[in-house]
Parts: sequence; structure tokens; C-alpha cells
Amino acid sequence: MVQRLRVRYAKRGRLRFASHRDISRAVERAVRRAGIPVAYSAGFTPHPKISYAGAAPTGVASEAEYLEIGVTRRCDPKRVRDDLDASLPTGLDVLDVVEARVGNLADRLEASEWEVRLPGADPAAAREAAERFLAADRVEVERLTKKGPRRFDARGAVQTLTVAEGTGEIAGQEVARPCAILRMVVRHLVPAVRPDDVLTGLRLVAGFAPPSPPEVTRLAQGPLDAVTGGPADPLDPDRDHRGGEPGTAGQRVGGDL
Amino acid sequence: MPVESLFPRLEPLLPHVQKPIQYVGGELNSTVKDWDEASVRWVLMYPDAYEVGLPNQGVQILYEILNELPGTLAERTYAVWPDLEALMREHGVPQFTVDAHRPVRAFDVLGVSFATELGYTNLLTALDLAGIPLDSADRGEDDPFVIAGGHAMFNPEPIADFIDAAVLGDGEQIAIAITEVIREWKQEGRPGGRDELLLRLAESGGVYVPRFYDVEYHPDGRIKRVAPNRPRVPWRVHKHTVMNLDEWPYPKKPLVPLAETVHERYSVEIFRGCTRGCRFCQAGMITRPVRERSIDTIGRMVEIGLKESGFNEVGLLSLSSADHSEIADIAKGLADRYEGTNTSLSLPSTRVDAFNITLANEFSRNGRRSGLTFAPEGGSERMRKVINKMVTEEDLIRTVTTAYSQGWRQVKLYFMCGLPTETDEDVLCIADLAKKVIKAGREATGSRDIRCTVSIGAFVPKPHTPFQWAAQCDHETVDRRLRMLRDALRSDKEYGRAIGYRYHDGKPSIIEGLLSRGDRRVGKVIRAVWEAGGRFDGWSEHFSFDRWAECAAKALADEPVDLDWYTTRERDQHEVLPWDHLDAGLDREWLWRDWQDALSGGEVEDCRWTPCYDCGVCPTMGTEIQIGPSGRKLLPLIVK
Repeated sequence: MVQRLRVRYAKRGRLRFASHRDISRAVERAVRRAGIPVAYSAGFTPHPKISYAGAAPTGVASEAEYLEIGVTRRCDPKRVRDDLDASLPTGLDVLDVVEARVGNLADRLEASEWEVRLPGADPAAAREAAERFLAADRVEVERLTKKGPRRFDARGAVQTLTVAEGTGEIAGQEVARPCAILRMVVRHLVPAVRPDDVLTGLRLVAGFAPPSPPEVTRLAQGPLDAVTGGPADPLDPDRDHRGGEPGTAGQRVGGDL
Repeated sequence: MPVESLFPRLEPLLPHVQKPIQYVGGELNSTVKDWDEASVRWVLMYPDAYEVGLPNQGVQILYEILNELPGTLAERTYAVWPDLEALMREHGVPQFTVDAHRPVRAFDVLGVSFATELGYTNLLTALDLAGIPLDSADRGEDDPFVIAGGHAMFNPEPIADFIDAAVLGDGEQIAIAITEVIREWKQEGRPGGRDELLLRLAESGGVYVPRFYDVEYHPDGRIKRVAPNRPRVPWRVHKHTVMNLDEWPYPKKPLVPLAETVHERYSVEIFRGCTRGCRFCQAGMITRPVRERSIDTIGRMVEIGLKESGFNEVGLLSLSSADHSEIADIAKGLADRYEGTNTSLSLPSTRVDAFNITLANEFSRNGRRSGLTFAPEGGSERMRKVINKMVTEEDLIRTVTTAYSQGWRQVKLYFMCGLPTETDEDVLCIADLAKKVIKAGREATGSRDIRCTVSIGAFVPKPHTPFQWAAQCDHETVDRRLRMLRDALRSDKEYGRAIGYRYHDGKPSIIEGLLSRGDRRVGKVIRAVWEAGGRFDGWSEHFSFDRWAECAAKALADEPVDLDWYTTRERDQHEVLPWDHLDAGLDREWLWRDWQDALSGGEVEDCRWTPCYDCGVCPTMGTEIQIGPSGRKLLPLIVK
């Protein structure tokens, strides 16, 4: 392995229903189709050296997923970005590729910014629930994990939580329903607090229950920026600031109104 | 008029179901064509879960061929799991295609591929969810033509009420021919309605339309005769045979799913047909003659298929892959070409007598050396003579021992239980064979770290085979013998722990037997089972023998026949069989002679290497054996 490439990619639209395993198979195949000289582990069953950091759950869309590819021949990151993107199915879109220079990528993913669209939910009620949630010190929620039900605090990890109003347009629906849109920055703690845990919290503190399944998108993840209060671009430390292009991760790619 | 996508209505249901990715489509190499630009529209269904149906070669081949055809489009649909079925019913979402999520009922043709009879209830679910009447007789102008194909359709009688037509044999050319007949009929303004179109198909002699044949019965329940009820409809319907596989190099662009499926590899059929003559094997009987794909075409297909898919495994498919006349050159050529790329080759369906270690080494050169599988099928020499699987114990032990000494540590052996004339002793011979294999393996390797797994299931007699007249063994006997074998293996102190044992119990095979050799009266049973909630009968967690048995008893109460009559009853030479009017090319008298030879232990050679023994296929179908060697080698890659 002579080089490691860090890749930011998006999981969009119907591809949000892909599980992490589905995505890793698709990436392995795309890497082969794109002719990227991926390195393989040694041993009885060689595996391509592709590692993933902080994958979004099945059913959740994302504009900021990250993976790292080890290659046996030096590659131009821009070329890899184009080739890999062309080889992945539409909806798995490569946004950015940089060469790894320093440190561990996973360690930089301290927090995520999420957008949660709630079609048919009353924005005023959502706003009130968010205020109560933020006012609480702890909000104990329960989630069913593989090891059975688990109770934990959903409040502590939430840095910011705001509510906006949207038109709630969904393709194919004739009448646009009102729509509440939550924006939140949540720190990556153990156990992980997910947007649906925060929704559970809103139900517990204010009886807020959206009428249809939430549409969740991760907008960004990275080190927590003290100035903005949100995640910064985790690929920045790898960028060649003397001559490289500015990162795209700082810009909001989707979901902005 | 464009047809709207159902996806916006489906999408809100998906967060509530298992593995939602299987319903969203968007596979690499899938095709969505403009609705209005096509004048004939097919929806192809594999009537099982997406994870099983997506890799199906038949569907992928027809999907690609039909979409290449001008003015034609093809999409796909699969059986939805009960969790989504319930939500679709609750929210009024009809059966949809995964390509453009169009409603199945909007298409001209619903083509269903039945590799196994256990998909019949899933067809009914799909029809019902689509809003298509279950009975062919109840369908109107706006309903698609339901046309079934696949190996199970060599006896479509059990689902004769539910399908409009069935096609026997290779689908490539007949699918195109059907498309053109429909196109013409539509352009003419659909003269004569559905009946006229079906009549045009039936008169060709290559499409079976059950409604144009009447079945009469004897008072005791046997069939008296099956006769066409229209003047120009032929007495017999023939199967289709593609004679030059090199002209049909599909799939070129294999579908690559996001979801996990049962086969994650690029599969290429290296030949069709098999003349080994195993008497239990329906596939070997109905796909004759042997037609090899040339080494050049195989090489090109693998190259393009891997490039288009990104798969890292190649499966060389056929009924007995090591029998290809140039398999050694194919294996070495591919292993050389993909050296160092972590691309593995697999050779499913290898016969003990065709296996050689050089070949096996080529196949494991670039990948894993996981396990080897052989299928002696019968435990005793006598049993193997009855089924015409001419593998001697010596052959088997020598082959397996070589494999162990070359570094394979795990060998799987497949057997069947309940074969005609089988006794308890025949089944116990399997235990002896497995022990001898381990003993020889330990001696050859000097190691105790070798294993073998005995895998066994119940035999089901199939139409168009010499065993089509045989009594199926009852499930009590099968299960008793399976337990006996298990005890014989487990109780052995010296070898027992080195031998794994896997078995399928006998009950599902009885239902498979009912559906395989059933006639039109069995349709009532299938409907009753479906109405009682029967779904996914190929899955043990969904299959219920009791439901089938109860529904059979009820639905057949007024008939002189029952479940046993269809399964464990031996037929005599002159009984009219439900599929006698469907022509697989096999001479009925030859099949009967072969059945009698089986009972006396007489063997038949393979006609590829010995003189013709008059099975009837080539003269009836106007076909001939097509095998190499061509003497050519695998060409280097076109683009490196």
C-alpha cells in the first residue's frame, strides 16, 4: 500500500434504503470497475483495504459519509473521484477525494449535523417540543438494540436543535402538506444518539408525534467547530492548502432551504 | 398514456419492512425505457424473494434481449415478503416493477419463470396484488397475458387455470416471436380479443394455451385423454431449443444489485443440455441435446461481464460443468488471465468422474480453496446403477483422497433418499462410504484435520424422466431412513466427529411431488393453500405441510383422487400422464424402456462419446449434439 485516499460520498434518494453492508459491496465492485488499484489484505481470504467511518443507518440519507481506500499505486485524487463516481450507482455519489496525510479520519468525526423532515407535522408544535427538550438536563430514552432494550440520555449529545418550516413537497402528492424541519448537531458519544432518539425525546417531553415516517439526512460530520457550533470539514487537515482546491464539505450540499 | 410511478406511494411503507433496498431497483445495468415508445411491454417475474430471483439467469437473459428489441420494453418484479404484502394491501399499493415502479397490470405480458413448482403460491399473490384476476378465464382486455416458462413448465397443468400460456424450453427466440405476434395483433386493433391472440400463439405449435385443450377423466380418476378443442390447435406442443449459444451471448451486462443476493458472481453458461442420463434428473432429460458455447465466446463474455459488473467471482454454469470438451483450457485460460486480481472461479455441478485435480487447482489458483462438492446421489453401487449415476466407490474415494492430499480439507457429498427400489441398506451404505472417505483421507494426508459433510434430501419423481411412472417414497419412510443414517454416522466413534450431516425432511418433497406430477385438479389445492395464507413454499419457515395436506383433502374431496394418488402411486405403462401432450422430444417408449432398465440395474452410456441410444430428442426436434473441441485457446484480453 503506497497511498491512502479519503473519500466523502453521499447516499441519496432511494439509495438511503441501502444498509452499510450493501454499500460496502457496491463500493468494492465500483472500485474494481473503476480500475482503482486497491490493496488487498494478506491471508487466506484477501479483502480489499477499504474502511468506513461512521456509516449512517439504513433508511437515512447522507451528504457526508466517509471511507478510506488503500492503493498499491499512487493515484490522482481528482481522477479517483470521477472514476469512482462514474462506477457507483446513481444515488451513491462521490463528492470529494483527498490523499490521507495525517492522523486518523475516524477520530475527527466528533459530531454530525442532521436534517429531519417531518411531513405533515405542525412546525409550531415541533418548535415547542424542541424548546422543552433543550431546557431539560437529561432526557432518558429507550431503544431496542441487538442486545435488547437499552436506556440512555438523548439530551447530552445534542449541541443545537432548531425547527424550520417547509412546504413538505413530496413528489407524487397533490397537495403540499405543512412540514416541520428539524436541524440538529449531535455529538458522537457512546452509546450513539441518533436523530430518531431525539424524536423519541421530543415525544417524551412534549407528546410530539409526527404523523408519517421522518426523512432523515446527515448534512455533515466532522470535528466540532467552536466558532460555528457545527461540524467542520474533516478532510481539511489532509488538504494541501498551498495549492489545493478548497474543500466542498464546508459548503452545505443538500437540504438547505 | 404514460403510466405513473408507484414509488411515491411505496416509499412511506419502506421504513417499516425488512431489507427495503430489495424493492427500490436502480441496479447497475438495469434499464428503464420510455413507456410510450414501446408497443409491447413485458414484465418478467421470478416468483421468489428478490435475493433469490435477481441472480436468475433466465430472467436476466430475457430482460436484456427484450430491452434490446426495438419498440419493446421489459421490467422486473419479484415476490414481496409478507411484511410488505400486508402494508401494500392496507395502503392499496399494487404489485410493482422494481425498474420504474410501474404497476404490473399496465403491461402487455407478465412472463413468469418457474425453476421450481414451489413458487406457484407466490404467483397467485402477485396476480392478486396486481389486481389481475387469478383465473385466466376471468381476465379482460386490460389484463396482461400471463405466460409461464422455466423447467417446471414441462408440466404446467397444476397452474393451467392461472396462466394464459406456457412455453417449454429455451426462451430467447420464442420470447421475441411472442413479442412480434402481440405487436401485430395490437397494431391490427386487437381483433378477436384475448382469445384471438392466444389462438395465434397456440396455432404455432410452440406455445401451450391450456384453455384450448380439454381433459377427460376415467371414473377412477386417471386421465382418459387430452384433446385440442379448436380446429387448428395442434395435438402436441413442442419445446424450444437454441442451437447456437454463441449467437446468444447473454447476459452481456449482468444486473448488479445493491441488496445481498444468493449468488454474487458473473455467471456464464458454458453449455446447455446433458446426456449423462441420470434417470432422476429432469433437467438432464428436458434440455437435450448438449450444446457447448465456444471457448472464445466464453472468454469474451467473462471479460465483458466482469468489466460491466465489478464482480470478483466467475461461475461457469451448466448441468455438469467439467464435461465441457475444453474445460481444461477454459480454466487455465481464465486463471492465467486473472492471476493476481483476486478473481475467483467456481465450477458448480462437478461430477466425480469428470473431476481432475489439475482442473481443481486452476480453479482455486486465484481465490479461496474452500470446499469441494460431489454428488454420488446413491449410497450403494446397486442404487447408483438404478439411477444411472455411474460412479464407482473406487472412483469416488480416489478423487476425494486426491483432493485431501492436495490441501482441500472439506468435501461435501450429496445424496438422495427415497429413490425407486431403495432399501434401508442402500441408505446405510452412505454411512459406510463417508467413513471410507475419511479413512482414506486420513491415510493419504497423515492428518486428522479433514472433514466430509453428507447432505441428503428426498427424491421427487419428475415428468419427462424415466422415473415419471415411479411411486414417490412416502415421507414417513424417508424420515425414518434419514434418522437411521444420522444415527449410523453419529454413533461411529472413529469417524463420526469428522462427518457432518445435513438433511431435508421428507414432507416438503411430497408437496413438490404433488405439484410436479399433478394435473389440472391440483389447481384447486394450490388456490386453497394460497387462500389459507400459503406463501414462499420454498422457504422452510413459511412452508406448512399440514396446510397443504388439509387443503388437498378438502379441495379434492369430490374427486376420486387424493394426495397419495398423485405422489406415492406407481403409474402403469399406458396411463395417460398429464404432460403427455407436451413434447420434450423424448420418445415415450425409450423412457419406459429406460425405466424398466433401471429396475433391472441396466446402465446407459453418454451419447456424446458412444453411439446414439435413440432417446428421440434429436430427430424429433431437428437438433444435434454440438460439442468441441475446437482446438482454440482463450484469447488474450482485448483491452488490458
